[in-house]
Amino acid sequence: MSLRSVFLGWPVLRQLTGEDPLGRGAAAQSARTAALEPRTKTADRVVQSVCPYCAVGCGQRVYVKDEKVVQIEGDPDSPVSRGRLCPKGSASEQLVNNPKRQTKVLYRRPRGTEWEELGLEQAMDMVATRVLDTRARTWQDTDEHGLPLRRTMAMASLGGATLDNEENYLIKKLFTALGAVQIENQARI
Amino acid sequence: MSNSFFGPLPDPAADAGWGGEDRQPRKGFFTDTSICIGCKACEVACKEWNAVPADGMNFLGSSYDNSGALGASTWRHVKFIEQPKTLGTQDAGIAGTAVGPPASDVLNRAADSALTGDRSSLGTSNTVDLGMPLTTLPGQADGAQRTEFRWLMESDVCKHCTHAGCLDVCPTGSLFRTEFGTVVVQDDICNGCGYCVPACPFGVIDRRVGEKGVTKNEGIAQKCTLCYDRLGEGLTPACAQACPTQSIQFGDLDELRERAAARVEALHERGVPEARLYGEDPHDGVGGTGAFFLLLDEPEVYGLPPDPIVTTRDLPRMWRTAGLAALAMLAGAVAAFGTGR
Amino acid sequence: MAECHPVGFQWVMEAKLRGAKVIHIDPRFTRTSAMADMHVPLRAGSDIAFLGGIINYILEHEKYFRDYVVSYTNAATVISEQFQDTDDLDGLFSGYDPETATYDTSTWTYAGHEGEGHGSVDGGEHEVSERDRGAGHELGNRGANLADPLVQRDETLQHPRCVLQVLKRHYARYTPQLVEEVCGVSEAQFLQVCEDVTANSGRDRTTAWVYSVGWTQHTVGTQYIRGAAIIQLLLGNMGRPGGGILALRGHASIQGSTDIPTLFNLLPGYLPMPKAGIHDSFQDYLGAISSPGQKGFWTKADTYVTSFFKAWWGEAATAENDWGFEWMPRINGDHGTYQTVMDMLDDKVEGYFLLGQNPAVGSAQGRMQRLGMSHLKWLVVRDLNMIESASFWKDAPEIATGELSTEDIETEVFFFPAASHVEKEGTFTQTQRMLQWRHKAVEPPGDARSELHFFFHLGRMLRERLAGSALERDQGLLHLTWDYPTSGPHEDPSGDAVLREINGYHLTGDKAGQLLDGFADMKADGSTSGGCWIYSGVYAGGVNRAANRVPWTEQGSWIAPDWGWAWPMNRRVLYNRASADPDGRPWSERKALVWWDEDAGRWTGHDVPDFPLTKAPSYRPQEGTSGPEGLAGDDPFIMQADGKGWLYAPAGLADGPMPAHYEPHESPVRNPLYNQQANPTRKVYRRKDNPSHPSVLEQGHQVFPYVFTTYRLTEHHTAGGMSRWLPNLSELQPEFFCEVSPELARERDLQHLGYATIVTARTAIEARVLVTDRVVPLRLGDQVVHQIGLPYHWGVGGDAVVSGDSANDLFELSLDPNVLIQECKAATCDIVPGRRPTGPALLRFVEDYTTRAGITIETGNTLLTPPPEGRP
Repeated sequence: MSLRSVFLGWPVLRQLTGEDPLGRGAAAQSARTAALEPRTKTADRVVQSVCPYCAVGCGQRVYVKDEKVVQIEGDPDSPVSRGRLCPKGSASEQLVNNPKRQTKVLYRRPRGTEWEELGLEQAMDMVATRVLDTRARTWQDTDEHGLPLRRTMAMASLGGATLDNEENYLIKKLFTALGAVQIENQARI
Repeated sequence: MSNSFFGPLPDPAADAGWGGEDRQPRKGFFTDTSICIGCKACEVACKEWNAVPADGMNFLGSSYDNSGALGASTWRHVKFIEQPKTLGTQDAGIAGTAVGPPASDVLNRAADSALTGDRSSLGTSNTVDLGMPLTTLPGQADGAQRTEFRWLMESDVCKHCTHAGCLDVCPTGSLFRTEFGTVVVQDDICNGCGYCVPACPFGVIDRRVGEKGVTKNEGIAQKCTLCYDRLGEGLTPACAQACPTQSIQFGDLDELRERAAARVEALHERGVPEARLYGEDPHDGVGGTGAFFLLLDEPEVYGLPPDPIVTTRDLPRMWRTAGLAALAMLAGAVAAFGTGR
Repeated sequence: MAECHPVGFQWVMEAKLRGAKVIHIDPRFTRTSAMADMHVPLRAGSDIAFLGGIINYILEHEKYFRDYVVSYTNAATVISEQFQDTDDLDGLFSGYDPETATYDTSTWTYAGHEGEGHGSVDGGEHEVSERDRGAGHELGNRGANLADPLVQRDETLQHPRCVLQVLKRHYARYTPQLVEEVCGVSEAQFLQVCEDVTANSGRDRTTAWVYSVGWTQHTVGTQYIRGAAIIQLLLGNMGRPGGGILALRGHASIQGSTDIPTLFNLLPGYLPMPKAGIHDSFQDYLGAISSPGQKGFWTKADTYVTSFFKAWWGEAATAENDWGFEWMPRINGDHGTYQTVMDMLDDKVEGYFLLGQNPAVGSAQGRMQRLGMSHLKWLVVRDLNMIESASFWKDAPEIATGELSTEDIETEVFFFPAASHVEKEGTFTQTQRMLQWRHKAVEPPGDARSELHFFFHLGRMLRERLAGSALERDQGLLHLTWDYPTSGPHEDPSGDAVLREINGYHLTGDKAGQLLDGFADMKADGSTSGGCWIYSGVYAGGVNRAANRVPWTEQGSWIAPDWGWAWPMNRRVLYNRASADPDGRPWSERKALVWWDEDAGRWTGHDVPDFPLTKAPSYRPQEGTSGPEGLAGDDPFIMQADGKGWLYAPAGLADGPMPAHYEPHESPVRNPLYNQQANPTRKVYRRKDNPSHPSVLEQGHQVFPYVFTTYRLTEHHTAGGMSRWLPNLSELQPEFFCEVSPELARERDLQHLGYATIVTARTAIEARVLVTDRVVPLRLGDQVVHQIGLPYHWGVGGDAVVSGDSANDLFELSLDPNVLIQECKAATCDIVPGRRPTGPALLRFVEDYTTRAGITIETGNTLLTPPPEGRP
C-alpha cells in the first residue's frame, strides 16, 4: 500500500473530499468494517442437519470452519420449518460449543466424594466387566413354571428421545441379545 | 444539506455519502407485534450470530420477560404485557370463572420498575433477591371483577433512526450510517466515551458492562447492527431469519411500509381498531425509523416514547450560535491583540 | 403449541391469516392462547367430560358426517347384548373384577363374537397380564385383533345396540351443564366450541385436534385421545387434509423411539416383546399378533417377524430354530421404568444405563428416582452435560435432608460424554412420522462419542469376551449380526449401514443383496431381512430417502414428498383413502387428497394412497377372505381388523370401549357423573415411599386443597439437560416459578416475586411467585377450584447455569393401565408463602402434612369406589 493511498484513506480526508461532508457514513467506515464478511460465507462447508430439541424436526444448516461448528441456523429449504428456528433451536451452536460441556470420561468410585478421570477404553472395559458379571450372577433361565425367561432383571436402561433411530436400534438389539429387558425411554414418560 | 438533522429525509444513506455503486435501498425491520408469540428466538438468534454474551440470570417477574430492556448485551428484547383488555374478537375465557379484580396493573408497575431501574443493580447471580416484594398484593387493589384479558408481546430493537442522535454525537466516527441506511457501531473505533448513550431517545444504545479482558467489547457502546455483515451478502438478519411467525420482517423499507399499512388495514377490518404503526412516519421527531412496529396499544404501554425527538434536532442552530460565538471570541482576541501593543 | 413448538405454530398462524379459527383449551392462558381466537380454561384432568360433551352435542344435534360415518366407521356395527355400560353400573363397564382391578373385556365385543376369547390385544391373554405389560402400546399403528371380520351391521343406525346408539346413550349425560360442573367451562363458551368445531367439519372443511403430554400424562390418558378420535370420526375428519389428531411430541425422535422402541414391551414396528406364558412358542407368538381371519395388513405379520429375526441373527436364523425366537428373552409383567425404580429401591437392580435422560429431574417421583440410584451397584450416564442424575451422589436434595450421605453411597458412577446431534450421522423421526437424515458435521470433542459408537463397541467387547462360550445363554449374543463397517479416527460404526439393515435386504434369489423397496417385499421364508418393517422403504431403490432434501420451493407439491421420508411408504396422511367418498371421489375439490382414477384403474392424488393401489372402490371381497384381500374398496382403515374406524373399541383397551370421565387419582372434586371416582383399572403402587393424598371420599383430603399441573416453557427443554447449561437460554427463564391467580395469591397471602412452598405428601419445594391474570380460579357448581402452574425444567445440582427445585418431585406414581404412563398433569397440593424448610426440617414439615391428612399406604388407592351406603 502506497503512502498516498494510506493518506487518502484517512477518514478526515475522505470526509473533506467525498460525498459525506458530515463524516457520518461512507467517510467514517473503518477498513475492518468494510472488510466484514458473514462467517457463513467464510465457512469451509455447510452440512444439513435437524434440530435436536422438539419433534417438529426443523431443518438446520451447520456451518463448519477449521473443523469447528461456527454457526447453526434454520434451513430455508425445509418444508417443515422454512428456515425458522425457536430460541432452543437458535441456541444449538451453544449446545455444541458450550464450554460447560463434558468432554472427559469421569468415574466416581463407591463411597467416593469426587470425580476421577478415566480413559475411555478403560472405562468401557470396566462397564463390560460389570455387565457380564451382573448378568451372570442374576441370570434367569425359566420362571417358576419352567417357562423360558432367558433374561436378567438386574440391568436396566432409560434413554432420552434425542437418540437416533439407528442408535435405538443397536441399543435394543444388544440389550435384548444380552437378556436385559428393562429397556425404556422417554416415550414412557 | 437540507434535513440532515431533522425532518423527512428520503435517503439517509445518500446523505451520508453512499452513492454510485455503493448505493443500496434502505433496509429495515417491520415488527408486527400482532403475530408475535413471545418465543424469544430473536433474542437468542441475535446473541448467537453477534456473539453477544448472556447478561444476567435475573428473574424479573415481569410476566415472561427476564431480559428487562434493550441494552449493550440485549439487542432484541421481547416485552410481555398482561392487560385487562380485549384483543379484537378474542374470547379469553374469563366469563363465568371465579375471578376478582385484575393483577395486571400491579404487575405492569413491577415490570416498569424493572425496566426503568438501573439494570446493574439487579445483580448478576440468580441467588440474589431482586428487591422488595410489592407492598400491594396483586388482586387486592380496589376494582370490579375482571372481565377482560389479553397478553401482548413485542420484540423491540434499535430503531435505526433516519436522524440518529447516537450517530450525530459520536465524536470518534465509530457510529456510522451504512449504505443500507442503518446505524452501526464500529467496535474497533469506539473508545467507550458514552456520549451516544444519553443521545438515544429510545434508550437503546449502552456501553457493555462486564469483566475487563474477559467480556467481549467490555466498555464499548453496543447495539443492533441490523446484522451489517449479513446484509453485505444479501442475507436476512439473524432475528428475522429465525422468527417462527414472521413477526419480524426484514426488507426494503419502502416495501415494508406498504406491507405494514395493508396489515393495519386488515386488522382494522378484523375488529382490532387499536392496531397502529409506530416509527414509520418520516415526519416524526426522528424522521421515521428504519425499524418500525405495528402496536396494539399506546407506545407507552410497550415502554416506547410516544413522541421521540432526535436529541440533535437543534444541532445546526447550536452550531450557528456556537459559530457566531467563536467568531465573536476570535474578533475579541484580535482586538485584544491589537490593543495590547 | 406456540409455547413448545413455536416453529410448527407458524402453520397455525398462517391458517389463521387465511381465516381459520384457533381454539386453545388449557388450564392456563399461554403464549398459544394469546394468539387464539378463544381460550378455554378448563380444570386439569377434566378433558374427557369436555370431549364427551362435544360427542353428545354432535349426536344430539345430528351434526355427524353421515355418509362418512356409515361407510367408514363401525357406527353401524351391532355390539354384544352382554355389554353393560357405565350408566348401568354406575361408572363401571361390564366385566370388572375387583380382585385384580381389571376388566374381562369379552362382553365388549361385537354381536356374534362372544365366544372368541377375551377380545384382547393379543387374543387369549389375561387382562392383568395385558395391563402389566402395557399391551396397549402395541396398538401404536393399528387396532386390536378380531378373530372374525364378519360383523352384524345396521346402516340405518337405528338398531338399539348399534355403536352409534350405544354412543348416544353413553354420552347423553355429558350435557353442557355437566361440562360446566366438571370442567369449570361456562355453558356458553362450551357451546361456542361445539358450534365452531361442527360448523368447520364436513365435505368442504376439516378440523384438526392437536395435543401433547397434557393429554397423555393421566391415569386415563389413552382415553383422552380416544375421545378426540370419536369426535374426528363422527365429523369425518380422519384421513383428510387439515384433519386428524396430531400428537406434538416434545423430543426430536420420540416418535422414532416407539417405532424402533427402547421400551420393555415392544420390538421394532410395534411387534410385541415375547411374554412368558402366552408367547412360549414361535407359533403362539405369531398367532397372538394377528388372527388369520381378520382383514388388513397385520395378517402379514409373519413376514415382518421373520424378516426382523433375519436382520438380527442373519444366517443363524433358520426355519429350524424358529429364526432365533428361542434366543429372545421373555417378559412376564410390568418392567416399565417406574417398576424398575422400585426394584432398585428393593435392591433387585444392580446396573443402570442413562442415555441422554435425566430422571432425577425429569421423571415423576424424583425422590424415588434418586434414592433408587443410590441402591445401584453401578450406573452409566451418557450425556452432553453433568446432569443431576450423574451427580446425585454429591448434590441430591436427599443429601441436604440427611437421607443420603455421599460417603455411604456405594454406587459406582461412570460418566461418558456424548456426541451432539451434529457430531454423528443418523435419522430422527419427527412428530409426523417423517424420518430426516442428519449428516455429520464435525467430530465430537475429547472422549465424547455417539450412542452408536458406545453400543457398537460395547457389543464388540462383550462378544469378544464371550467368544467360544458354549453356554446356552450366550448364543443369542454370539450369533447376533454385529459387523457394521467403521471409519474415522474413532472407528465410528456406520449409521448408514444400520439404516440399511432396518430397511431390509433380499437375501436370496436374483435380488440377493439388494435393499427392499418396502414391507410388501418381505417374506416369511427367511429370504428377506428387515429390522423394522414399518421403516422398510426408507432405502427403496437403494437410495437413502430420509436424506431427500429437495427444497420445498422446487417440489411443485404442497405435500412436499421429496423432503425426508414418512413411514409407511412415504405417506404423509394416514388412512387417506377416507379423503375420498365411498365411490372414490374427493368429498370436495377443496379437500381433495387422493382419489380413484377410473381410467387408469388405480388410486392417485397428492399423497401416496394409503390403500391397495388397484383396489377399486366397488370391490367387495368374498365372504371369508382375510388379509389385505379381505378389505373392501370402501374400507379405508387398512390396519384395523374390520377396515373401519372405531367409534367404539370392542377390544384393545384396558379401561373401557368408550372414554368415561373419571377424576384424576388425586382430585379435590367428587365425580359428578358416576359413583366411581377415578379410573378403576389405573395402576397404583401401594408403598410407604409412594404416598397418595386422600380422595375426596376420604378424611383429610382438605389438607391438599389445590390442583397443580406441570408444563414446559419455550425457553427450556424438558429436564434442562439441553437448556439449563446454556447461558443464552438460561437467562431467559433463570428461576423456577409457580404461576398463581391473584385470587389464590390473596387467599394464601402469596407475594408476587416472593417465594412460595408447594407441598405434597412426597415433598415440599419452593418457587418464586408469579401472580398473573393468566390463571383463573374455576367455578364448579358451589366449589371454586384453584390451579397452580409449575414449569418442570429445574433441578437441584451443582453444575448447571441455573438450578432450582424440581416440580416432578411433587408427584406420586399412578399410571394409565394401557401404556403405563404416569399421571403428572393433574394432582393436588397445598401452597404456603415463603421458602421451604431446609435440611432434616424439610422432612418434618412434610411429615406434619401426611400426619394431618392421615395418610397410609392404602390412602387414595382404593380402586373400586364403594357404593354410597358402604362408605364410612
